[in-house]
Amino acid sequence: MKYRECARVLSQESLGEDIYSLWLQTERIAGEAVPGQFLSLYCRDGARLLPRPISLCEIRRETGQVRLIYRKVGKGTEEFSKLTAGDTLDILGPLGNGFPLEHAGRALIVGGGIGVPPLLELARQLPGEKTLVMGYRSETYLEEELRAAAPLCIATEDGSCGTKGNVLDAIRKNALTADVLYACGPLPMLRALKQYAEEEGLEAWLSLEEKMACGIGACLACVCSSTEKDAHSQVKNKRICAEGPVFNAREVDL
Amino acid sequence: MKVNLAGVELNNPVMTASGTFGSGMEFAELLDLNRLGAVVTKGVASVPWPGNPTPRIAETAGGMLNAIGLQNPGIETFVERDLRFLEAYPETRVIVNVCGKTTEEYLDVVERLADEKRVDLLEINISCPNVKEGGIAFGQDPRAVEAITRAVKERARQPVIMKLSPNVTDITVMARAAEAGGADAISLINTLTGMKFDINRRTFALANRTGGLSGPAIHPIAVRMVYQAAHAVSIPVIGMGGIASAEDAIEFLMAGATAVSVGTANFHNPAVTLEIIEGIRDYMERFGFDEVAQIRLEE
Repeated sequence: MKYRECARVLSQESLGEDIYSLWLQTERIAGEAVPGQFLSLYCRDGARLLPRPISLCEIRRETGQVRLIYRKVGKGTEEFSKLTAGDTLDILGPLGNGFPLEHAGRALIVGGGIGVPPLLELARQLPGEKTLVMGYRSETYLEEELRAAAPLCIATEDGSCGTKGNVLDAIRKNALTADVLYACGPLPMLRALKQYAEEEGLEAWLSLEEKMACGIGACLACVCSSTEKDAHSQVKNKRICAEGPVFNAREVDL
Repeated sequence: MKVNLAGVELNNPVMTASGTFGSGMEFAELLDLNRLGAVVTKGVASVPWPGNPTPRIAETAGGMLNAIGLQNPGIETFVERDLRFLEAYPETRVIVNVCGKTTEEYLDVVERLADEKRVDLLEINISCPNVKEGGIAFGQDPRAVEAITRAVKERARQPVIMKLSPNVTDITVMARAAEAGGADAISLINTLTGMKFDINRRTFALANRTGGLSGPAIHPIAVRMVYQAAHAVSIPVIGMGGIASAEDAIEFLMAGATAVSVGTANFHNPAVTLEIIEGIRDYMERFGFDEVAQIRLEE
C-alpha cells in the first residue's frame, strides 16, 4: 500500500559536503517499508512540480520513523536541506520493490557515493554472512552505522581512507568472495559490478535510478532496458519505479 | 455537476489528461476512480511501441518537459488488461486515447475498440510532439486534420474527440478542420514543444533533445487557445493545459470548455483531481449555478 502523507520532521543534520540526513515521523510508511524502497518527496515551492525520489536509509517500524540521506544537487533538494525539527514534508511511499532478503550463502553489499544509504537498512535486515564495501570520492559518511551492521571495507578515490580506488579495487585487494551481491550507486559502478558478477558467477541485485515524474509506474519516464520483453510494457523496457528500483542484474541491460 | 460530452453523460467535468495517469491502475490506491468524470487513458497504438531513450523528462520552472515517445503495450494488452481493470469503476467514463504512425494504424485501434462496451469515447492523438511519424504530422496541417478525422469517424462506434496541438499558427483553423471532418468534440492543448540543456553534463536534458512542455507554466496559453477554439466551433471543447487547482479549471470552463483534463498536476498530488471537483462544486454554489455550463462567461 502507498500512502500520501504530511510527515513531521524530527531532525536534520549535515553529514558532510552537501550530504544531509533527515529523520521523519511517518507511522504507516515506516510500518510497511522494506530495504531498497524509496519515497517521493514533494517541494513546497509550486514552481517545482516533480517529486524527488529518495531511498530509505533506515526504517524504524516500532517508533514509526524513517531516515533519508540525500545529496543536495539542485533547488528541490536545497529546499529539503533547510527543513528543521517540527517542519512538515509531503511524501508518498513506500515505493518500488526492495532487495530480496532471502538468499543462500555469503553476501557482498556494495555502495558508491549517494548510493550508500539504502544499503544500511539492507545490511541490518539481510540474514547470514555479509561484508560491506563502500566507495566514496574522499570524505566518508555513515561509516559508524555501517560498521556496526557488518564488516566494512572502504574505497576512496583519493586514498584518504581505505583502499585507494573504486569498490572493485577494494573487493580485489581484500580478496572478498561471496555468493550474492547487492549494489546501489552510480551507473559506471553498477556496470562494472554486473560484469564482475557474471565473471565470478554471482547472483547480483542492482538498485537503479532515473529521472522520475509520477514515481508509481504511470508516466513511463523512468524506464530501463530489459533483456527480455517485459510483461507490463510488452517491449524491452521496465519501469524503475514500479518493477525496480532493484533488479536482478540478468534482467537489465545497463 | 453532470455534463454532456458529445452525447455521453459525465458525473462531473473533470478528467485525467492522457499520458499522466496510465489507465488509472497505479492511481487506484490513492484515489477513488469512480469519482472522476472520466479516465483518459495513455495513448495506445495497434502494436507495442518502445518509446524514446532516457532521460525522458526534465523539470522546468512551473512545468516539465517530456519525451516519452508514446511507449505503449499495444491494443491487445490494453484491452485485456487495462479495459478489464476499468470495468471495476462503472461510475467513471472511459476515454481511450489512440495513436498511430499512419491512418491505417489509427483505424486498426479504432476498429478493435468498436465493440468494447467499456469505451465511452475515443480521443485521437494527432498532436504528440515526441514521435517522428504520425502524431503531430497529422496535427499541423488542416487538410490532414480533416482527412484523418473523417477516416476515423467512418469507422468509429464511439464519439470521437480530436486532440489538437498548440504548436500551430492559428488554432481556430485546426479546430474548424476537425469539426469539418465530423469530430464530435475537440480537446486541447497538447504540450508545447520545448528544449532544455543540462549545463553540468553539457548535453541535452532529454535524450530526444526536444520535448513537450506541460504544467502551470502553459496554463494562460492553453486558456487563450481554448477560448479561441470554443468561439470558432460549435462542437464541445475539452480544455487542458497546466491545471493544478479548481481555479485553473474554472478558467477553462469560463473560456468555453465543456470539460477539463488534469495532467501534470497528478504527479505533484495524485488526488488533485478530487480537490478540483470539490473546488468547482464550491464555486458553483457561491455563484448559484445549477449547471456546469453556467460557468461559461457570456459576453
